[in-house]
Amino acid sequence: MAGDKVDPVHQFVVNKIVPIEIGGIDFSFTNASLFMVATLAVATCFLYFTTSTRSLVPGRMQSVSEISYEFIASMLREGAGSHGMKFFPMVFSLFMFILTANMLGMVPYFFTVTSQIIVTFALALFVIGTVVFYGFYKHGLGFLNVFVPSGVPGILLPLVIAIEVISFLSRPISLSVRLFANMLAGHITLKVFAGFVASLGTLGALGIGGAILPLIMTVALTGLEFLVSFLQAYVFAVLTCMYLNDAVHPGGH
Amino acid sequence: MFVTAAYAQSTTTEGAETHDAAAGEVHTETGVAQEGGHGSGVFPPFDSSTFASQLLWLAITFGLFYLLMSKVVMPRIGGILETRNDTIARDLDDASRSKAEADAAIAAYEQELAAAKAKGNAIASEAREAAKTKAAADRTAVEASLNNKISAAEARIADIKTKALADVGAIAEETAAAVVEQLIGGKASKAEIASAVKATAK
Repeated sequence: MAGDKVDPVHQFVVNKIVPIEIGGIDFSFTNASLFMVATLAVATCFLYFTTSTRSLVPGRMQSVSEISYEFIASMLREGAGSHGMKFFPMVFSLFMFILTANMLGMVPYFFTVTSQIIVTFALALFVIGTVVFYGFYKHGLGFLNVFVPSGVPGILLPLVIAIEVISFLSRPISLSVRLFANMLAGHITLKVFAGFVASLGTLGALGIGGAILPLIMTVALTGLEFLVSFLQAYVFAVLTCMYLNDAVHPGGH
Repeated sequence: MFVTAAYAQSTTTEGAETHDAAAGEVHTETGVAQEGGHGSGVFPPFDSSTFASQLLWLAITFGLFYLLMSKVVMPRIGGILETRNDTIARDLDDASRSKAEADAAIAAYEQELAAAKAKGNAIASEAREAAKTKAAADRTAVEASLNNKISAAEARIADIKTKALADVGAIAEETAAAVVEQLIGGKASKAEIASAVKATAK
């Protein structure tokens, strides 16, 4: 193991680019920050410039932006009803940000912002925080109805409430870990298989022949990872809509 | 993402790498600590020394992204879609209105056509009737005038005939008188001759 430079975890290392320290806390501009800025720039520029002509008959790129918009709009309307549409900018931003970050992560040498648990956890907390804040703001203590499903016999109620509370508390964890783990595991798997190709390639003719298998695997996994990148952004957005539904209609399930 | 430039230095076998990959996943510290990119020796995503910086930059970038989305991009896309829906609805309205107008025009045209046809038929039958009556009247007039002419002619013929017959009597009397004079040398009385002629003519 000594001297082995193919470390599948190396891609997740956060490096300082511009060290910044405020009040003894490290706020350095790192490669993670760089790719957050890149995500912001890429997503904003794409959505901004593809819609700049405001064509009545959309071109291909404008269609992509419009489809994303309508996709999230219908997802939120189905998930949280028309009252939930006030959260449209939030869900749309979350989806576009995560999707862009995931897709940028697929580019070789690029850092994957969403493979950092702190990032996904912060986004999940933002969602759950919004749900809790809006729920109590709008419904007061009535928001606690979210823990009391209707139509449950009284004898089971304490048990059901306990389960509901636990499931509610586990939401930010499951929401963040799902995205983080998918991105992390996918990138590690890709790197491992790609590493096989390179290491087998150094073993001569037989090795080069044997490297074909992991190469095919790597190509297939790359496709799969693109799917996962989209799917995880979608799942994050769908779950956000479902959780927001609780804030808009507590006790409605 | 998954390519390491320094790979060529590797002398390890496939097996060692698999172990390394596994080591990465269970975040054994040995595999990571050799990297030198970070000194803390923990699995990078769980390295809490980077959390503050990541949170700050996430807040900045996502906050800015949220602002840009909600203030610039989304109203714009929403506006585009709304304009398009309005345009489509307006065009559909225009189309249905035009269709109604066309239908009304067709109905009016057909009505006028039917009226014109009926009027044409009426005019034609009227003309036919008028022509018929006129022809009948003409014919009766012509017939009447012809009858008049015929009766006038007959009257004339009868007149001429009687006149001629009268003349014939006179001529016969004269001839008879002349014949009688020549034959018997005496003069027969006019009355005798007239009665004789009359008797002969009978």
